[in-house]
Amino acid sequence: MKLLSRKATCNSHGQDSSYFLGWQEYEKNPFHEVRNPAGIIQMGLAENQLSFDILESWLANNPDAAGFKRDGESIFRELALFQDYNGLPSFKNALVEFMAEIRGNKVRFDPNNLVLTAGATSANETLMFCLADPGEAFLLPTPYYPGFDRDLKWRTGVEIVPIHCSSSNGFQITGSALEEAYQQAQKRNLKVKGVLITNPSNPLGTTMSRDELNLLISFVAAKDIHLISDEIYSGTVFDSPSYISITEALMDRNLELTNVWDHVHIVYSLSKDLGLPGFRVGAIYSNNATVVAAATKMSSFGLVSSQTQYLLSVMLSDKKFTSNYITENQKRLKKRCDMLVSGLKNAGIGCLKSNAGLFCWVDMRHLLISKTFEAEMELWKKVLYEVGLNISPGSSCHCTEPGWFRVCFANMSEDTLNLSMQRIKSFVQSITTDGDSRNRRQTVRNSRRRSLTKWVFRLSSYDHEPER
Amino acid sequence: MVINSLLSVFISHCIDSNYYSNSLRLVIFRSEMVFTLSDQHHLLSKIATNDGHGENSPYFDGWKAYDSDPFHATKNSNGVIQMGLAENQLCFNFVQEWIKRNPKASICTVDGVTQFKDIAIFQDYHGLPEFRNAVANFMGRVRGGRVTFDPDRIVMSGGATGAHESITFCLADPGEAFLVPTPYYPGFDRDLRWRTGVQLLPVVCESSNNFKITEAALEAAYEKAQEAKIKVKGLLITNPSNPLGTILDRETLRSIVNFINQKNIHLVCDEIYAATVFTQPKFISISEIIEEDIECNRNLIHIVYSLSKDMGFPGFRVGIIYSYNNAVVNCCRKMSSFGLVSTQTQHLIASMLSDQEFVESFIAESAKRLAMRHRIFTRGLSQVDISCLKSNAGLFVWMDLRRLLKDSTVKAEMALWRMIIKDVKLNVSPGSSFHCSEPGWFRVCFANMDDDTMEVALRRIQTFVLKGKEADLEVKRQRWRNDILRLSLKPLRYDEMTMTPRSMMSPHSPIPHSPLVRART
Repeated sequence: MKLLSRKATCNSHGQDSSYFLGWQEYEKNPFHEVRNPAGIIQMGLAENQLSFDILESWLANNPDAAGFKRDGESIFRELALFQDYNGLPSFKNALVEFMAEIRGNKVRFDPNNLVLTAGATSANETLMFCLADPGEAFLLPTPYYPGFDRDLKWRTGVEIVPIHCSSSNGFQITGSALEEAYQQAQKRNLKVKGVLITNPSNPLGTTMSRDELNLLISFVAAKDIHLISDEIYSGTVFDSPSYISITEALMDRNLELTNVWDHVHIVYSLSKDLGLPGFRVGAIYSNNATVVAAATKMSSFGLVSSQTQYLLSVMLSDKKFTSNYITENQKRLKKRCDMLVSGLKNAGIGCLKSNAGLFCWVDMRHLLISKTFEAEMELWKKVLYEVGLNISPGSSCHCTEPGWFRVCFANMSEDTLNLSMQRIKSFVQSITTDGDSRNRRQTVRNSRRRSLTKWVFRLSSYDHEPER
Repeated sequence: MVINSLLSVFISHCIDSNYYSNSLRLVIFRSEMVFTLSDQHHLLSKIATNDGHGENSPYFDGWKAYDSDPFHATKNSNGVIQMGLAENQLCFNFVQEWIKRNPKASICTVDGVTQFKDIAIFQDYHGLPEFRNAVANFMGRVRGGRVTFDPDRIVMSGGATGAHESITFCLADPGEAFLVPTPYYPGFDRDLRWRTGVQLLPVVCESSNNFKITEAALEAAYEKAQEAKIKVKGLLITNPSNPLGTILDRETLRSIVNFINQKNIHLVCDEIYAATVFTQPKFISISEIIEEDIECNRNLIHIVYSLSKDMGFPGFRVGIIYSYNNAVVNCCRKMSSFGLVSTQTQHLIASMLSDQEFVESFIAESAKRLAMRHRIFTRGLSQVDISCLKSNAGLFVWMDLRRLLKDSTVKAEMALWRMIIKDVKLNVSPGSSFHCSEPGWFRVCFANMDDDTMEVALRRIQTFVLKGKEADLEVKRQRWRNDILRLSLKPLRYDEMTMTPRSMMSPHSPIPHSPLVRART
């Protein structure tokens, strides 16, 4: 008799994907400035390590907060016992205010509509359990975060149908792509229950335009399906255009009292904006009372530690801290992004123009031997093993065009970032002087043609002829 | 007509959802929404709209009553005393002392802040090595050092709640089943079934042999499943038992191991009360049994653990899956992404539980305090002829109130229970919510209150029972008088006499709080 469940023996957990394999290789040979300077530099992990000093100085000035104390009195017992799945009220209040602040206070959130979960991983899975039955489907624009394959599908039995986005328009979502995805689902006999977007986008690092948001809202309204907006990078918008959250888009169209208002759900987390992935703080926000009620009960399977709720309730209630943190963090992210972009440019590599996130969506199509995913894998392996950089290949993000890579910039020191840029530059130089110069030339010619669609790309170093 | 019925469905659902006031506002302002109500439900999953969360069980009703009228020694001395929550509150001062002496354990204090960044970033689902080591060490010490646990088999989960769900996802497909001896913790209905689609089939245990799990009962349950063409994937036991408070003896454990090996099904042992064994006989863990001279396929053996009961830390959500099956360890570890323990908490626990001196003295002191509490409570009950199942573990007693039932039915048990809540003002848990096959048993928790509150609770019980005895006596006297005088008075029944004319509590209370207890300062 088969001893384990189908879930245990399939690989919908997605961990055989290259996204995780690269991670494993990094673990085996991790870069360290002193101890292992030739090791693999981790550029596949979207972490925000730029602003810990701000957090640490707050902690130093607020010793009570995590010493289990309130006004000097120990509240250890109270916290140790607190397992109410409605969450610590002071924490939820502080969290919704923080979320509003990130959105420039253009919107307001009700703490009663917030459900705390063990990270966004759990939030996304829980929403699937609430909104879809096994065998039903959600539409997701590609490219998307590889973890969704596990989080949305694995234990829920829900399917993902991709909405294909292409580089020809900067990977923006179009009406025809939406319709096509919906048709595809019908063809596969999958009932579509909703659309899930990540805004700001992972892996693109871009924020959605108002047109895109309106398109999505009209689409889900017309089809009478849900819209999940994963806004976990909302605090990382460091450049214009300014961020438009789904809530703002809905309100600007006066949709608060309509059906669609009840069908839009937001996922949030403190893992990216505050750089605290270890604390497992996620949230679902919904105006749909039934969803909130069901999700709240489900949160029993992954509550946020009361110890952590308390610490963060104090931290996020400190408005001086939050406003300073948000601004400073965004400044540092912009600087880092600029560093990466110019470093890549120096190596003749362009990126999608981005204004958010902890990574860039890098165009290495010109470095492919052929316009195939096999070639992309070959390039990825070279970059991993020969160059010593773990970056994420676009195929792991379900990108439909080979040659794009997600490269993270906020999880290392400036020196390490510079080193990684040097390595890339050397690598590119080495392959352009390599044997397959004919292929290189063809690729370069193709990329020159593409570079004519200039409003998306910032390629600048393809004006010179390849060396003979 | 249609509007009204839809409205009422909507409102009652909102009451179920505990979002009464918000939802009412929505109804008033969005009457046009009502027409799409059936669409709304259609738009949500079956899981979101069914009862699988189990919160409509009476187990939670008592909590709701407590929430609306909670006892407080000075502010609300007539309130409901919570005796339905299996919490361990007896050793906090002990733990607090340790926290004070070890400021580094909290990464956010001045002493510990240097580690803050590393801890805050760490999201590896293997967990902090020091955390796993400390938990493995603690589990070994709780078992008197008779077994050791491999830190690499320690997998995190969102409390034992998350652990049970994950391991079920791992071991069984939808439609398959686990056998569970009755009576059992009501939360299992949700944890093992709700989102997994797995079934729970009872192994019926009876008071005639102190609810022992017999081979006959196991075989009978298995046969029944076969007949119903339900595939059994495993057996779940809780040892020490919730709600019984008893531990399994060696003979029973060995026969269980034989049973599951013979049927080639899994054995999940929930040992979350392992450190609450406060007196002889000593606790025997499944981990000890499989080391003995017995044929056992270790790939079938899995342990669920947590710090919520042994240490009294339910708020910290420290759940553990420990499996002897490598594939299960790997699978559950991947699933732990859905419920990792906050690294802030991992760090604290790692520090605390690697302090050997603290661990040893905590285990001893906790057992001592539980023993004393248990002694006082059971003695107080016996003074009014209320007996409990003889127990040596857990945070509760399994109280025998069968003789107070009008008749041996669940209905009578529920009537008695409602009376206990409304008139005696104690939230106790009726045996039927634990799927007990015999009416009249109640689980009563004793470790979640201070000594004075315990005294108040005992007095209330004693008063209630004595009043009942008085009432009984009065009934007898009255009957005798009736017989003598041959009057045609209707004989008064116990429950009618003592029941208040207030309406019975409905299963759905419009109380906007979860059934879980809020901490009180």
